[in-house]
Amino acid sequence: MADLETFRAEAGAWLNANCPPEMRVPFDGEDAITWGGRNWVFRSEAEKVWLERMAAKGWTVPEWPREYGGASLSRDEAKVLREEMGKRKCRSPVESFGIWMLGPALLKYGSHEQKLEHLPKIARGEIRWCQGYSEPGAGSDLASLQTKAEDKGDHYLVNGQKIWTSYADKADWIFCLVRTNKDAPKHEGISFLLFDMASAGVTTAPITLISGASPFCQTFFSDVKVPKGNLVGQLDKGWDIAKYLLTHERDMIGGGSGGMFASRPLGQIAAQYAGQDGGVLEDGMLRAKIAQLELDAWAFSLAVDRGRDLAKAGQGLGAYSSVLKYYGAEVNKRALELVMDSMGSDALEWEGKRSKEGKTARDWLRTKANSIEGGTNEVQLNIIAKRILALPGA
Amino acid sequence: MPLVLTDEQEMMRDSARGFLAEHAPIAHFRKIRDSRDPLCFSRDLWKTMAEMGFAGVLVPEAFGGVGLGYVEAGIILEEAGRTLTPSPMLSTALVAVTVLARFASEAQKTALLPGIAKGERIVALAVDEGAKHKPEGIALSAKRAGNGFRLDGRKGFVLDGAAADTLIVAARTAGAPGEISGITLFLVDAKAKGVTAEQTIMVDNRNAARFTFEGVEVDGGAVIGEVDGGWAALEAGLNAGRAGAAAELVGAGGEVFERTVAYVRERKQFGKLIGEFQGLQHRLAHLYTEMEIARATSLKALQMLDEKPDAAGPYVALAKAKTGEIARLASQEGVQMHGGMGMTDDLDFGIFMKKIRVTQEIFGDANFHTDRIARLRGY
Ligand SMILES: Cc1cc2nc3c(=O)[nH]c(=O)nc-3n(C[C@H](O)[C@H](O)[C@H](O)COP(=O)(O)OP(=O)(O)OC[C@H]3O[C@@H](n4cnc5c(N)ncnc54)[C@H](O)[C@@H]3O)c2cc1C
Repeated sequence: MADLETFRAEAGAWLNANCPPEMRVPFDGEDAITWGGRNWVFRSEAEKVWLERMAAKGWTVPEWPREYGGASLSRDEAKVLREEMGKRKCRSPVESFGIWMLGPALLKYGSHEQKLEHLPKIARGEIRWCQGYSEPGAGSDLASLQTKAEDKGDHYLVNGQKIWTSYADKADWIFCLVRTNKDAPKHEGISFLLFDMASAGVTTAPITLISGASPFCQTFFSDVKVPKGNLVGQLDKGWDIAKYLLTHERDMIGGGSGGMFASRPLGQIAAQYAGQDGGVLEDGMLRAKIAQLELDAWAFSLAVDRGRDLAKAGQGLGAYSSVLKYYGAEVNKRALELVMDSMGSDALEWEGKRSKEGKTARDWLRTKANSIEGGTNEVQLNIIAKRILALPGA
Repeated sequence: MPLVLTDEQEMMRDSARGFLAEHAPIAHFRKIRDSRDPLCFSRDLWKTMAEMGFAGVLVPEAFGGVGLGYVEAGIILEEAGRTLTPSPMLSTALVAVTVLARFASEAQKTALLPGIAKGERIVALAVDEGAKHKPEGIALSAKRAGNGFRLDGRKGFVLDGAAADTLIVAARTAGAPGEISGITLFLVDAKAKGVTAEQTIMVDNRNAARFTFEGVEVDGGAVIGEVDGGWAALEAGLNAGRAGAAAELVGAGGEVFERTVAYVRERKQFGKLIGEFQGLQHRLAHLYTEMEIARATSLKALQMLDEKPDAAGPYVALAKAKTGEIARLASQEGVQMHGGMGMTDDLDFGIFMKKIRVTQEIFGDANFHTDRIARLRGY
């Protein structure tokens, strides 16, 4: 405990000295995130310096081992660091699919060479990754994927199509599920491949979302040559890696590292737009819904803490990430519905400066994906029914 | 504090579970209910629970208790919620002991706590005056008379009131209903002149009573803490009761849930186990999720009462609101997924439903506590 307090004091002092003031304002939505990558254009010197300093400390991925770009912090130390950053409103220096998803999977399943090659670049924000899982015919039923990789002696030859590949047009590399054995049962012929998006034969076409943004793409592979050393784990044994990675994706979506998009407490938003009388919102129906949502969101954050503590105590359940993903997605969707209710017609403006080009409405529409991306809520309920409740036929 | 039980607490849970399974399974509750025993619980069982250290779980060792914390008290109540064990645990061992141990004088503690820890003395809190919990609305008046006070007014929904030896009566000594200052707590002998009790057996066969106080005279030594300044002690007692009720709701809801999952795994219709129907699977998975969320709030509230009692209020409100709502959902799904069987008194689901309905009402329902949080957050 004393050590932890020493660490807290040191971390706090370091953050005070090193986090530029411009990096001490909360994110207002996904657009403000630093994603990094070969083509990343820093929006300010402060953003760049902040990333460099944090990366040098190993604090962009504090729990990863030092040799792979982390700081080898314990879970408790990492929590303290998050808390100290939170107190100072320090922005996360870099967020990425590499940090959230690929890193944990490589740490568990990658070879030492693969870790040495890829992890430090993720930690420093130099290489941006995308996730090649979903296909037009393989969404919830992911294991029915058809993109294939054939063994050509010194390389694999990849052909097929992915869809909903977030940021495929901006990413440098892809972690991709491919079928390497079409005769095996569907879960047993899948492999986990890494390759450069600049390889010959890779093309992307952006898809426009209901929010108007185009963060994701169709991704096509035509005779893409992938070196053999880029296979993670064993041939045909990629499904376990794929699932392991998904639990990290779910933790991230559910566990609130994206957090609530509502930038201010809902009660304040409602007070400003819908009116308040004697310290109580005028609209009693809205007030009740907001209060219920706030309780659920608070209860949820305690369940997230408890999930971490259970895992640490060795009592964790693999499928707990589904519990949190399911509930977190619903809470976030409800929160933005209530922001819309509170702000009324002001939230419906789509263009112009006053509405920051319809920011509220766009945020609201973005949350609808929470219960689809990373496995739909129905799929999470299926997983809970099967893996935790052991219901028949689930 | 991590949101998991320590090894010692796990052991305590196992021993409470073993004890209740042996001495107070649901058959015990049924026997008391069906024999129309007016006490609604068993004094013998309560004495044995006292020997186990349950009655004195929160009583300091100096006064004959075991001096453990709220997490431990919650563990006992959660297990008692699973077996529907009737006992004065909530009223006496949590609410009354909290008020007395933290706010009473040495003389008052010496007079009351050892008897509580032995399972001999039952002490009930008289707070509510209307059908809904509204502690700041206390109107029962206590006027200075001689070197003491004279109490006039009514109380209702006094848990274990019909069994109590001593009452802690929340009365108004100044100010007007709606104000939190001007409230004073008094120790009143349940048999004192002018005290009339009307037992009100509740839908879950719980011991409770309505009281009328007519010119009840008490001396200055009956005041707990400060005159006009009883709110903090009242709140502390209520919060202990609320967190205890939350733990009991987690236990009762959890038991209903587990039994329902077991049932859908064995009942067949349309040539299939009904647990194969996705319509039921998703509702059970949803309920599981909600139960896990509720469980986290309950444990957090109990830990806060142990670690930072003065900051625990909002956590307790959260826990009482969430567990009440979710245990109700569990009881409803439990009955529904058992079909006609769920509606029979032979199965226990109706009994759980009644118990949960009453427990969620105790010291404020989900609406009350949700409103409290909204006010605390300034809307
Ligand atoms: C914003 C966003 C970003 C994404 N980013 C990526 C990415 O980077 N990489 C990637 O690979 N994928 C990505 N995805 C894809 C995502 O994982 C899939 O959309 C998701 O898994 C669902 O697949 P689907 O769209 O084919 O829907 P379908 O599987 O066709 O589902 C349609 C509906 O049927 C329901 N359903 C399906 N099966 C069952 C069942 N067994 N029981 C009950 N209901 C069922 C679903 O719940 C859903 O409501 C992203 C999606 C979104 C929205």
